Amino acid sequence: MKVTKEDIQNVAGLSRLAIPDTETDVYIAQLGGFLEYVENLKEIDTEGVAPTTYALPMQNVFREDVVKPSLDREAALSNAPMKEDGYFKVPRVLEE
Amino acid sequence: MKYEAVIGLEIHCELKTKTKIFCGCETGFGGDQNTHVCPVCLGLPGVLPTINKRVVEFGIKAGLATNCTINKFSKFDRKNYYYPDLPKNWQTSQYDLPIAEHGWVDIDVEGEKKRVRLTRIHMEEDAGKLVHSGNTIKDSASSNVDYNRTGVPLLEIVSEPDMHTAEEARTYMEKIKAIMEYIDVSNCRMEEGNLRADVNVSIRPVGSKELGTRTEMKNINSFKSLVDAIDYEIDRQTEVLEDGGHIVQETRTWDPNRGITLSMRSKEDAHDYRYMPEPDLPPIVTTDEQIEAYRKELPELPDARRERLEKEYGLSDYDAGVITASRPMAEYFDEVVAGGADAKLAANWIMGELAKHLNAENKTIVDSPVEPARLAAMIQMITKGTISSKIAKTVFEEMWTSKDAPEEIVKAKGLVQITDTKAIEEIVDKVIADNPKPVEDYKGGNKKAIGALVGQVMKQSKGKANPQMVNQLLAQKLG
Repeated sequence: MKVTKEDIQNVAGLSRLAIPDTETDVYIAQLGGFLEYVENLKEIDTEGVAPTTYALPMQNVFREDVVKPSLDREAALSNAPMKEDGYFKVPRVLEE
Repeated sequence: MKYEAVIGLEIHCELKTKTKIFCGCETGFGGDQNTHVCPVCLGLPGVLPTINKRVVEFGIKAGLATNCTINKFSKFDRKNYYYPDLPKNWQTSQYDLPIAEHGWVDIDVEGEKKRVRLTRIHMEEDAGKLVHSGNTIKDSASSNVDYNRTGVPLLEIVSEPDMHTAEEARTYMEKIKAIMEYIDVSNCRMEEGNLRADVNVSIRPVGSKELGTRTEMKNINSFKSLVDAIDYEIDRQTEVLEDGGHIVQETRTWDPNRGITLSMRSKEDAHDYRYMPEPDLPPIVTTDEQIEAYRKELPELPDARRERLEKEYGLSDYDAGVITASRPMAEYFDEVVAGGADAKLAANWIMGELAKHLNAENKTIVDSPVEPARLAAMIQMITKGTISSKIAKTVFEEMWTSKDAPEEIVKAKGLVQITDTKAIEEIVDKVIADNPKPVEDYKGGNKKAIGALVGQVMKQSKGKANPQMVNQLLAQKLG
């Protein structure tokens, strides 16, 4: 699969990253390299093999519905860049 | 051109677990902001979520109660999007292997049975709450976030676009609410946001099989808003098409104060959620034995209960439908009947006086000041002829505000029905003497004129005369 400039801008947009036009070629090359490498998997015959949904041989790991103490609010907010009245404060959230 | 609407609902139902879906924080409504949070639900790095067993149980039960197939292999996925109500920047949800799929529920609309198919039911976490600094989101420079609700377990119940009117959509949502109440997986308190719907509406020319472009209205949290928003949207889309325009696929918000929908965001570049299997949560594998064990735990469901009330007590389909639409009401009814009341009278009183009083004071039947036992005792007094239905209303009124038994009220207020022939006869004679006009009318062949005389007797006896006896005596005396 060939990575295009549009792909880079789209993925960057979805990840809220600003990538200047001057740098897109670098990413086209790097991401293209990854994808090419992964393409190798296509060589393998997966006929009759169920898709992997979880990498470890585990299932049904549950907890009982029992309340555990929550964090103190002070602690919860201690890393917040902005806070107000016990809330996390965030910049304007509307889409452009 | 005549258009028909095509409507599908995604209902989000908050589950009544004690703790959140992936951590032990409590789920209670109304705690101080950011006091029910921990590293897991705040999405701090390095934490490991663990699935709340009850959520899976509730998901399976909801699936069984709506005729779904339970996926014996189910898993969680990450739905990626950026919005500050989700601290992780993804919502842990289910994508291609939801807990339940391919179900249906039957609804009654204007006496006709309709089947609404369910596409799927999946488990997911709720998001936090934003408090905007301005009046609306648009003029807010910043917002404040409370993560108490983040991670509260939800079932998302997705219907096929099988509904065509606002009324059908409302009836369907009421049915889902009733079922979730019956199986006791949610409090279904709409005013607290326990039950919210995203509504998809499109229109197409009648007879066409193709679907039109749809719009979606999010977070509708009352039946009234649901009906109003759908009706408004059908009208709006019809107008757009009739003016030669085309419908834009977009998300719109319902503004209940103005009674209109407003464009919120366009789906032109459809959101790419980049779903991926959740690597931190092992899959959920359920055996047939477990599924059958959950099925055995299910209570009698609304449809079955309705049928039973019709068969066992001869209630009309409509009455049985109203009584069984909510589990607390159905249980109240059962208790009144168990208390010795005639079932049809019990239904009438519950749907009539009781419902009227509850509505007027904005109470639910669980908080009814008149308990089933007292209502049963009062209804028995009507059946035995101790009081008339009219007097019973006075007794009911009294029971509403006092703790007294109906027998005591009747005694204390002297409300016992007069069944003494002599006493009634005296009043009848007086009424005949005082009302020559209706007496003459009656004798002249206008049998309806007796009504006025019965009314007079009842009035003079202050409603206490036994109406059947009054009728009999009057007819006798007037020959």
